[in-house]
Amino acid sequence: MRREEINVAVIRVGGTNCDLETKRAFEDSNMKAEIVHFNQLCREKDLLDYDILVIPGGFSHGDYVRAGAIWAKRLMARLGKKIRQFVDEDRPILGICNGFQVLVEAGLLPQFEGISSFPEAALGTNIPTGYNCRWVYLKLEDHSHCAFTRKTASKRVLKIPVAHAEGRFILAREKKRKQLEKLMENHQIVLRYCHSNGETANDEYPSNPNGSLYDIAGISNPTGTTFGLMPHPERAYFGWQLPDWTRNDGPPTFGDGRFIFESVAEYLTKKF
Amino acid sequence: MLYEARVEVGLKPGHSDPEGETTAHSLKELTYPIKEVKVSKTYTITLKADSHNAATIIIEEICKRMLANPTKDSVNFKVAEVK
Repeated sequence: MRREEINVAVIRVGGTNCDLETKRAFEDSNMKAEIVHFNQLCREKDLLDYDILVIPGGFSHGDYVRAGAIWAKRLMARLGKKIRQFVDEDRPILGICNGFQVLVEAGLLPQFEGISSFPEAALGTNIPTGYNCRWVYLKLEDHSHCAFTRKTASKRVLKIPVAHAEGRFILAREKKRKQLEKLMENHQIVLRYCHSNGETANDEYPSNPNGSLYDIAGISNPTGTTFGLMPHPERAYFGWQLPDWTRNDGPPTFGDGRFIFESVAEYLTKKF
Repeated sequence: MLYEARVEVGLKPGHSDPEGETTAHSLKELTYPIKEVKVSKTYTITLKADSHNAATIIIEEICKRMLANPTKDSVNFKVAEVK
């Protein structure tokens, strides 16, 4: 498959608000991206006509019940069969911020024993409480297994912003130790919050902006094709999106977020 | 028959409740003798069912599928017939 042939579905519902910049990032990486309303995908369009499924950031369905919960249940009720096929065929699925919350609520992440009917993890209220919008440092952990981070990174620490109130990755209290070990064994922990020098944040605010377990910022399923992360790579795609370029000699061409989009393009061009 | 369910979704014991802690801190600042605040969400659901038992089964399923995340949430509910 050539890069120009890759079809990306950036799906949206009421409350989604990061679809346009996500589409632009994929397009700049020479892929064909389309914003598709969820209802279109349920009626006249076919999910299986696309090579990548992206659930972008926002506040789907007003974040009612729990962030991502309503869209997750609708997604699996209306498109569950096709989503399962999408996953079985190793086609990549990306969930950014609210999209990550949707993937977790839908049982598509972490997938300890395949796709689960009920959530196996949660993205809880931030500690400290409140909406946190800031640039954070991210350490690439087990990244070579994941379709979205497999490309050889020019650096091990990425600078990408977060913007959320419910991003604290948690596991069930009684299973926490075992499940965390399983995530490590399966190489599912892809991104962790860290200090600017690359040392893990060790739950220290603001390097870890939400109190996430083990400083987890992004995980994949065991095969590495479904990936969710709280930070917004589409907001760090171009150099001019960086917060500090006016203090330097001008913006660099690209930001660290581009790595995610380039990686998945490389995955698809090599695999299919 | 018509039934009304009151469903309360809160956090399981041992899970951090940052919203409750922040509220407690603020109430203490207002000099109230607060020991602890726990936040929960209540849904009042009206539904049709053939019996009390059938209504209870539906509500149980709704809680599992949508209203609670078993990773962190605990659920309590009461179902009563609407007369």
